[in-house]
Amino acid sequence: MLQYDMLLLRFGEIAIKGKNRPRFEKAALSHVKSLLRSFPNVQVVKDFGRIYVVLNGEPSSQVIDRLKNVFGITSISPVKMVDTNLESILSAATTFIQSLALEKETTFKVSARRVWKLFPYSSHEMNRLVSGPILNTCQHLKVDVHNPDVDLRVEIREKATYLYCEVIPAAGGFPLGTNGKAMLLLSGGIDSPVAGWSAMRRGLEIECIHFHSYPFTSKKAEEKVIELAKILSRYGGQIKLHLVPFTDIQTALAGTGQESLIITLMRRAMLRIATILADHNEALALVTGDSLGQVASQTLSSMNVIGRATDIPLLRPLVMSDKNEIIQLAQTIGTYDLSILPYEDCCTLFVPKSPSTNPNLGIVEKIEAGVPGLEDMIEKAVTGTETLVIKPDDEVRRKQDEDMIQDKWF
Amino acid sequence: MKYFDHAATTLPYEDVTTTVAEIMARHYGNPSSLHKLGEASSKLLSKSREVCAKALDVNPGEIIFTSGATESNNFAIKGSAFQYRSRGQHIITTETEHPSVYECCKQLEQLGWQVTYLPVNTDGLVSVEEVLAAVRRDTFLVSIMHVNNETGSIQPVERIGKMLKEHDPRIIFHVDGVQGFTTLPLSLKESGIDLYSLSAHKLRGPKGIGLLFVREGITLFPLLAGGGQEGGRRSGTENIPLIVGMSKAVRMTSEGRRERETKLSTLKTKLMDGIRAIPELELNSTETGASHIVNFSFPGMKAEAMLHMIEEAGYIVSTKSACSSKHSEPSRILLAMGKGQEVALSGIRISLGEDHTEKDVEELLAVLDLTVRKLRNLKGREN
Repeated sequence: MLQYDMLLLRFGEIAIKGKNRPRFEKAALSHVKSLLRSFPNVQVVKDFGRIYVVLNGEPSSQVIDRLKNVFGITSISPVKMVDTNLESILSAATTFIQSLALEKETTFKVSARRVWKLFPYSSHEMNRLVSGPILNTCQHLKVDVHNPDVDLRVEIREKATYLYCEVIPAAGGFPLGTNGKAMLLLSGGIDSPVAGWSAMRRGLEIECIHFHSYPFTSKKAEEKVIELAKILSRYGGQIKLHLVPFTDIQTALAGTGQESLIITLMRRAMLRIATILADHNEALALVTGDSLGQVASQTLSSMNVIGRATDIPLLRPLVMSDKNEIIQLAQTIGTYDLSILPYEDCCTLFVPKSPSTNPNLGIVEKIEAGVPGLEDMIEKAVTGTETLVIKPDDEVRRKQDEDMIQDKWF
Repeated sequence: MKYFDHAATTLPYEDVTTTVAEIMARHYGNPSSLHKLGEASSKLLSKSREVCAKALDVNPGEIIFTSGATESNNFAIKGSAFQYRSRGQHIITTETEHPSVYECCKQLEQLGWQVTYLPVNTDGLVSVEEVLAAVRRDTFLVSIMHVNNETGSIQPVERIGKMLKEHDPRIIFHVDGVQGFTTLPLSLKESGIDLYSLSAHKLRGPKGIGLLFVREGITLFPLLAGGGQEGGRRSGTENIPLIVGMSKAVRMTSEGRRERETKLSTLKTKLMDGIRAIPELELNSTETGASHIVNFSFPGMKAEAMLHMIEEAGYIVSTKSACSSKHSEPSRILLAMGKGQEVALSGIRISLGEDHTEKDVEELLAVLDLTVRKLRNLKGREN
C-alpha cells in the first residue's frame, strides 16, 4: 500500500464566517493538536482554509480515524508529496494510481492546479502531461473528464507538489467550543450521549452532569457513565464529568407518595441542580437527550412542566429524531454498546407503573412546596458533587481507586 | 543446574511472583460481587484485559482469559466447530500441531467432523498453496501453529492468513501463538488471524492461566457454561492474581521482544555450529526457525538415556515436547518432517531463555560432546 506523507483537512461552514474565521480556525487547530497528542511525530500546520498534518511516519489510517472526530472539518484527504519538477510528478502520479489497484475499465481524470505560477507548465497542460504516462502504464484504465471514478488532484506548489484522490468525510459542524459552553445531563441511556455529541458538533463545549442514587444505583452504573464520558472526550479532547449525589432528594420525593408524578418531580430537581452547576461553571445552557413523545417525561406537557424548572435555555438536539436514527448515531459515535449495559440508573429507579404523561404545573409546584428542606437538599447535592476530568487516553483514577490498583502490578 | 527447557515452561519473572502473591493476599473478592472487594477485583480484571489487549494490539473486548493454551486451543477449535456447524464440518490443520490442537481435531473426527492434516516439508513447514488447495466448500476453520514447539519451525501464518482471507473471508483462522510470542512480532489484525492462543507460563508468567483472542464478530460456542463470566463466553470465577500476573508477563515479554530475539539468535547460531561439529549428531532445527529452539538427534541412541546423562552433568534439556515426552514413541513431528524412525526416536530439544549467556552455551556444548563420546561405544548395544 502507498505510504502517505500528509493529511489535508478542509474547513466547512466556518469558511463563511467572516471576521470570526480566525477564531474558528484556531479552535479547530488546537482540537486537532489535542487529538494527536499520542502521535508525537506529526506536525500540524495551518494554511488558508485548510490544516495540513505532516505524518512523519505515523500511520495514516490511525491518524485519520482520530481526525474524523474534529468538528468544523468537513473532509480529509491523504496526500503523497513529491518534489516540484515535471519528472518526479509524472512518475509519482503513475505509482500513485498503480498503488490503488483499480479494476479494469475504471475511469479517471487528472485535475492539476498550478498554485505556484512560476512552474513552467499550466494547469491545463499538466492535466494532459500527467495523464499520458498513467494511460501508458495502466492500460486497463480510461479517461473520463466529466464523471470519473477517480479524480487525481495534482497541486503544484513551490516547495512540493501534492497528489491525492481520496476525500474522506469528517465530522463537520463548528469547531469545538466556538459557540460557548453547555451542561449535558448524561444518564447512561442511549440518547443523552448522542445529544452531547450533537451539541459538541454544533460548536458547544460540554460538561457532563450525572445523578447517582448510591446505594440504590450501583457503582457499575457510575463506571458506565465514566466510560461514556470517555468516549465523548475522544471528540472533545477532554471533558468534565460532575457526579451529583441524588439519593436524599430521590428518597424525599418518593416519600411524597405522588407515585405518578415522581419522574416529573425528579427531573425538575435535576434541572435545578444542573442550572446551579451551569452557573458555577459559566455555561449558558442545558442539553438533554429528550426526544418528543419517547417516554412519559418527554410528552409535550411533561416537557412544559419540567422545562419550567430552569430559566436558562434547554437544548434538546434529538427532540425531533426517531429512536432508530438515534440508535444509528449512537453506534457511529461508539456509545451504543455501553449504553445498553443493564445497570439501573436513577431515572429507572422507583419508576411508577403509570407515570403521568400530562402533569399539572400547579399541582407539581404545590407538592414541591410541601417537601421539607428541598432547597437545602438541592444545595447539598451541589456541594457534594464530585468533578472528574476525563481524557481519551488516560485512565480515570478516582480517590478510592488509588489503593485498589497499583501501577507496579502491571 | 542450568535450565535449557524454556519451551516446556519458564521461571516466572520475580515481579510476577511478587505481584501474584500480593494480589492473592489482598484482593480475594469475586469480581462479580457488587461490594467494594468485588469492585476492586473487577477493576483489576479490566485493567489486565487492557494491558493484554495493548500488547497484542487488539481491543480489550477481544481477549478471553482461560486456564492456559490447552483450553484456549480447545475453545478455539471446538467452540467454532459447534457454533458454525451449519456452515460446514471441515477443518484444515497440519501434521505437526501441538497435541492440544491435534488431539482436539481427532476428537472432533470421532464426532463426525472431517479434518485434513497437511504434511510439512523437511524443514517442518506447510506450503501456503497447499493450505489453499485443501480448502473445500464446507471448510469453516484453519488451525496452524505459529512456531513448532519441538523444532522451532516458523509457519508462514501471516501469508496463510492473508491468502485465506482473500480466498474466503468467512473461513476462521486460528493460530496457536504459544511458542512464537516471546521472539516474533505478529500483527493479528494484518495477518487475518481470527483466533490466537497464548499461555502465560511459556512467557515467564504463572501456570494455569492463558488467553484466547477472539476477533470481534466471531462467536464461539462456550465450552464452560455457568455464571456467564468473560461476557458469557467462559464461565468460572476469574482467577485475578494469575490474570494480573499474566498481563504483567505479557507486557514485559512483548516489550523485550526485539532485544531477546537478537540475543537468542546469536546463542542459537553458536549452539547449532557446535552441534554440527559433533559428527554423531544430526540437526532437526533449521537456521530459519525460531531463535529459542534447537532440536537434534543422535540416531540410534535412546533420547531418554541421553537426556539423563546430560542432566547428570547439570544441564536440563528435553525430549520431544514435555506433554508427550513420557511415552517412548517416535516424535510425530520429526516423522512428519520425513525423518527416519531412528532420528525420530532420539530427538533432543534444547530451548533457550533470555537469561542465558554465551558461556552457558559453550559449557552445554562441551557436555554434549562428552556425552556423545561416552555413548558412542554403547550405541547399538541397547537395541
